[in-house]
Amino acid sequence: MAVYAMLLLILMSSHAYCQDLLSLIEDDEEEQTEIVTAAWKANRVVNLHSIENTPAGVFDFKIGHRFGQISLGISELFGLDQSSVRIGGDYGITDRLMIGLGRSSFEKTIDGFVKYRLIRQTRGAKETPLSVSLFASTAIKTVPFQNPDRENFFSSRLYYTYQVILARKFSNEFTLQLSPTLVHRNLVEFTEEANDVYALAAAARFKLTQRLALNVEYIYVPEGQLLPGFRNSFTLGLDIETGGHVFQLHFTNSTSMIEKGFVAETTGNWWDGNIHFGFNVSRVFQLHTPKS
Amino acid sequence: MKYLLTALLCVGFFSGAFAQKYFTKQASIKFESEAPMETISAINQQVVSVLDSETGDMQWSALVKSFRFDKALMQEHFNENYLESDAYPKAIFTGRIVENPPYDEDGEYAVVVKGTLDMHGEVNDVEIPAVIYVRDGVISASSNFSVLVADYGIKIPKVVKDNVSEEVKIYVQAQYQAL
Repeated sequence: MAVYAMLLLILMSSHAYCQDLLSLIEDDEEEQTEIVTAAWKANRVVNLHSIENTPAGVFDFKIGHRFGQISLGISELFGLDQSSVRIGGDYGITDRLMIGLGRSSFEKTIDGFVKYRLIRQTRGAKETPLSVSLFASTAIKTVPFQNPDRENFFSSRLYYTYQVILARKFSNEFTLQLSPTLVHRNLVEFTEEANDVYALAAAARFKLTQRLALNVEYIYVPEGQLLPGFRNSFTLGLDIETGGHVFQLHFTNSTSMIEKGFVAETTGNWWDGNIHFGFNVSRVFQLHTPKS
Repeated sequence: MKYLLTALLCVGFFSGAFAQKYFTKQASIKFESEAPMETISAINQQVVSVLDSETGDMQWSALVKSFRFDKALMQEHFNENYLESDAYPKAIFTGRIVENPPYDEDGEYAVVVKGTLDMHGEVNDVEIPAVIYVRDGVISASSNFSVLVADYGIKIPKVVKDNVSEEVKIYVQAQYQAL
């Protein structure tokens, strides 16, 4: 009897609890799976491709610029008198698939690439610990052949790069990425040089503020593939974001801005000051809005 | 006696919990920022709202990540830089209709809703004009109002002050069903 009285009392007083109305229906709200976004500010770490894709329908106009080496000293204004430029554009066909084209002043090289996001990091109902992308690029060196007297083939101008990009955004502040890489060179200068160069690239991002991030990348090339004098690429960069632009300022020992160059042809030594100051500027244009 | 009480309980339960509460999970919130250089708008059509017709209490909850923009980069910046949706995933309004209209009579009722808006970690008291519509027993609501982004601790950098407005217009719409 007393139990019923109690129940009645609870029931009558239940109106007092109505303030939190949302709890009435949120109990049956199932947890959703959420794709982790913005692991990096841009689709490049600095030289390396990041896990980020250009979204569907977006054209990303890119200018990459590297000054000369700081070690050139005052007569070359610490490298600022020299410059190497890559002008290019990326386009998102879908949110997972992007393509890009560019031309570098260094060795007059044209490069094209495809990047496909295979696995997306998620959290919530379904947890996927990391993102995986596949990347392939072709570069064509268009400078005249060094030995015009011998028989030269067009294929000798070609370089291919294949990369698997593995990345995890651990938190808003920290992202880590590993990119096993293969650079294939159809023609090398000396027989001691490998046509296939295997490398492991690592990159990390530390987000400093809402619009500033510090990027580090290092590309390890196991010994025996390159001639002495070639070095591993190491780069420190700062991403600055304003509205539709991302400015990337950096210091690197690589001159080239494409894979075959910065993976396999880096000669600068950080300890000797063979460091290039450089920047990448990216400006995006939404060409069309995909239907969701 | 026991049966009577049980019956009473049941009646109490049904009338209390079913007749007077209405909800929707498909309410929409659209916002518009009109700045000299650019008009930015986004819409969220998965907003949850609950209305208690007896007391006039109402509550709204929107996932910040569910706002859709025309431009992908804007959506990313909205979540990353302005609303910080990882840290503050929801915007919640809790309030009460000041003069509760008669929900059993068809009509259009201009009302004022008083309550608190909790967004980006800041809670502000707000008074919002709204219209409640009752048609063939179906209750719906709509409202237009403005908020100052500064009230919610959202900073607009100087470089984009011509692109992002300090004051954002908000359009809200819901059609309820009985809970």
